Amino acid sequence: MLNERVICAGFGGQGVMLMGQLISYAGMIEGKEVSWLPSYGPEMRGGTANCSVMVSERPIGSPVITDDATVAIVMNLPSLDKFEQDIINEGKIIINSSLIEKKTSRADLKAYYVPANEIAVELGNPRVANMVMLGAFLELTKTVGTDSVMMALKKIFGESKAHLMAINEEAMKRGAASING
Amino acid sequence: MAKVLMKGNEAIGAAAIKAGCKYFFGYPITPQNELPEYMSREMPKVGGVFLQAESEVSAINMVYGASGAGARVMTSSSSPGIALKQEGITYIAGAELPCVIVNIVRGGPGLGGIQPAQSDYNQVTRGGGNGDYKLLVYAPANLQEMVDLMQEAFDAADYYRNPVMMVGDGMIGQMMEPIEFKESKSRFELPLKDWVTTGTKEARKPNIINSLFLDPAELENHNIRLQAKYDAMKENEVKYEAYNLENAEIVIVAYGTTSRIVRNAIIDLKEQGINVGLIRPITLWPFPEKAFDLIPDSCKSVLSVEMSMGQMIDDIKIASNGRWPVHFYGRSGGMIPTPEGIIGKVKELVGGAK
Repeated sequence: MLNERVICAGFGGQGVMLMGQLISYAGMIEGKEVSWLPSYGPEMRGGTANCSVMVSERPIGSPVITDDATVAIVMNLPSLDKFEQDIINEGKIIINSSLIEKKTSRADLKAYYVPANEIAVELGNPRVANMVMLGAFLELTKTVGTDSVMMALKKIFGESKAHLMAINEEAMKRGAASING
Repeated sequence: MAKVLMKGNEAIGAAAIKAGCKYFFGYPITPQNELPEYMSREMPKVGGVFLQAESEVSAINMVYGASGAGARVMTSSSSPGIALKQEGITYIAGAELPCVIVNIVRGGPGLGGIQPAQSDYNQVTRGGGNGDYKLLVYAPANLQEMVDLMQEAFDAADYYRNPVMMVGDGMIGQMMEPIEFKESKSRFELPLKDWVTTGTKEARKPNIINSLFLDPAELENHNIRLQAKYDAMKENEVKYEAYNLENAEIVIVAYGTTSRIVRNAIIDLKEQGINVGLIRPITLWPFPEKAFDLIPDSCKSVLSVEMSMGQMIDDIKIASNGRWPVHFYGRSGGMIPTPEGIIGKVKELVGGAK
């Protein structure tokens, strides 16, 4: 039964909140039970941002992830240090290797290293690093379909950012390819 | 209408505007800030008024004034801010004015913390203000229910001429969930607001809005009349959900987001052969005492699960009336109960693992 509990974490400005919202939104489009919960309060003032996302086939109880994340997507070193302990045994972690030189300290995890910033720069826009990570996540877990994410992105972007759709889609494809390559 | 993904605090604002709320007075406090922020952006678009007061005390008294002039009016805050509003709330109840107050509860006592809690149970059901008054208190478990109840909250406030409290917690306020804004018809026949103080134009006698009654007999009569109103609320406004009560060995009582966690624990327990039911109060006041008559003979004990240190136990004991022993499991301070914690407590009560 699908019951994915995802932590998205990084610096403020890396687009981790949007990444989480896209997973939730896409899940909603697919008729799944979803929730999105941001970190809030003083911990946000320190420059780190994270959100908890649930995509499930049964109604969601607590939207909070304590130590039972199935997947963590970490965009910077403090996030790796903070959240690698919160993943279930043999869970998955996707690490932005452009900014994190370290490997995960947990041997049981399935770890994937994605040079998200380098790929984003190659594509001509460093701001799509989050979409590279999201592409890797979707390829790995199949939690929601890429088409649904694109539909969600279209809703969130609206008309004014419609010209950015193509590069975001490309970033997701490259992220997916980095897992297989 | 299609579903939208919205943050709880913003959804409350959207639902309030949809229910005809035209005036909002507030003062910032985490974790409900997105609600006044939303109102500041959206109220002008519908010809309404958003005003950030200089304090909570000021905001609730602005509510008092706007309501006296016949407006659909709302304020919001979180636990310590609601504590500050209590004087205004009892004045509004005493003066018999309608309004909706949103409380996105955080941990206490004092300034406490900013993470989700349910430790305002006593504050919202007993009132922090003075005198014999009651609020109609809704505690929805998810954003859809919160949105669905908002129209009813405003209508009930107008119908009973009484403040209505909408209680969520930090999770309800901060999280995003799919929501559908449905067209709803009021189940109340709302009386004309012929008591408003909007000027007589010398065509009628002046209306007076007041909570001061110096003549003891007059004040007693006022109280008797208020009590009749609260009795009518007890008769007509109780809301609850009963889940999986059939053959239940244990019945858990839980409300708001905690009830969602309990529900998942119940599903897991069922798979392990332990049958547990849930009574979920949707109105905290009036408390759904009648729901306890649905508890089957198979039930050996009742368990209160809360994000507080056991504030609901008193009401559960009154409703149980000695029929079952009442136990407690809770977390506080912003810590969230886990299904594992709840399952552990249930197993302890049924006598070890099966």
